[in-house]
Amino acid sequence: MSITRQSYDHELENLRQEISKMGNMVAQAIGESVKALANQDVELSRKVMDGDDIIDAIEVEIEDKCMVLIARQQPLARDLRIIGTGLKITTDLERIGDHAFDIAKIAIKVSQEPLVKPLVDLPRMAVMAQKMLKDSLEAYINMDISLAEQVCQADDGVDDIYQQIFRELLTYMMEDPRTISQATQLIFVARYLERVADHATNIAEWVIYLVTGQRMRKN
Amino acid sequence: MEYKIQANKLKLYYGEALALKKITIPVVKNSVLALIGPSGCGKSTFIKTLNRMNDLVDGVKIEGEVLLDNVNIYQPDTDVVMLRKRVGMVFQRPNPFPMSIYDNIAYGPRIHGLSNKNRLNEIVEKSLRGAALWDEVKDRLHTSAMGMSGGQQQRLCIARLLAVEPEVLLMDEPCSALDPISTMKIEELVTELKTDYTIVMVTHNMQQAARVSDFTAFFLNGELIEHDKTDAIFTRPQDKRTEDYITGRFG
Repeated sequence: MSITRQSYDHELENLRQEISKMGNMVAQAIGESVKALANQDVELSRKVMDGDDIIDAIEVEIEDKCMVLIARQQPLARDLRIIGTGLKITTDLERIGDHAFDIAKIAIKVSQEPLVKPLVDLPRMAVMAQKMLKDSLEAYINMDISLAEQVCQADDGVDDIYQQIFRELLTYMMEDPRTISQATQLIFVARYLERVADHATNIAEWVIYLVTGQRMRKN
Repeated sequence: MEYKIQANKLKLYYGEALALKKITIPVVKNSVLALIGPSGCGKSTFIKTLNRMNDLVDGVKIEGEVLLDNVNIYQPDTDVVMLRKRVGMVFQRPNPFPMSIYDNIAYGPRIHGLSNKNRLNEIVEKSLRGAALWDEVKDRLHTSAMGMSGGQQQRLCIARLLAVEPEVLLMDEPCSALDPISTMKIEELVTELKTDYTIVMVTHNMQQAARVSDFTAFFLNGELIEHDKTDAIFTRPQDKRTEDYITGRFG
């Protein structure tokens, strides 16, 4: 059996590597967008926004690769799950990329004025969401179910901190209506990060499906 | 892209019947071209025109040209023996000679005048390795080829071709008599062989065409309906007849 389906296996592995590469780009974009926001760094924001086109192009490339693999190999069992989850994970990654773009755009808006408060919880939330994303990607590459399960569990922590940030910014707005404009933007950022964590959870759930064939309950 | 073979406005008659209607296909060097289509569509007839196997059939008349490295193989001064050395063929059913594995491979080089034992040994090993068969048979080179499995026999036939150092391999349904595992081995082999050779393959198995080829040509009633990259043919065919055929609506 040693020489059979070498090229097919190679293509599947190649697909997984491409997805992992896209994942790392997206994770970096999220990290940079939050950094740009905290440091009021317009240049870095622009870099993130420009990078989104590249991420979108990679998404199309991976989708085409999956379509061609389905057409050419008629995949079954785990092969089928690799390709099917590949398509789904790519969509999650692209959405995360869009959120990085959104956060960078807000960072530019917010960069013109002093921050209503020093950002503490938002960067902390970003770190949590990024860790979930990185873990989900690592679980994907190593087919590591227990790491994937950890990611699913971590989502509750992100949801909690989102609620906390939301309430805190609400109090700022009630105390001083002049903060409303900026605080609303910051709530959006928190919301985007919460979505990033949800997408990371989706990816982790796809990893579990990829390895076991079992569907997890959706968050 | 460099073309190894170019069929230009090729017409073939069996007596009065026109079996190939002005076929024009280029074959890219070091690629695999799959010919697909329902029975009687002309794909086997076409592949045989590429090394003039149809010369042997009574009543065949050919118009147009087939260029091999830009030289028309149908011009009168073509050395047909040399042509078939350069453009070798593997058939549907494995057809090893009733002799040892070693002699099957050495047959071609010997006919072409080689008798040096060391050199022959080298060729036998290299050819068997090239056909991914060496490890399975190296300890029984001098036993009869007829005792091998069907899949091994077919790879032996490929090794026998490689021994005369061809440039193009024609394969006429090379897996139709083989089990799934042997089929996969041949397919994997084809993928490896294209680094060194140009391959044209007739297959009834659409999935096989999809798996192994770089380009696919769809024939219907002696006509070339569509010829494109395999990725394109199987994800977005341009002609409705191609789509109907590959999706199993007829044929």
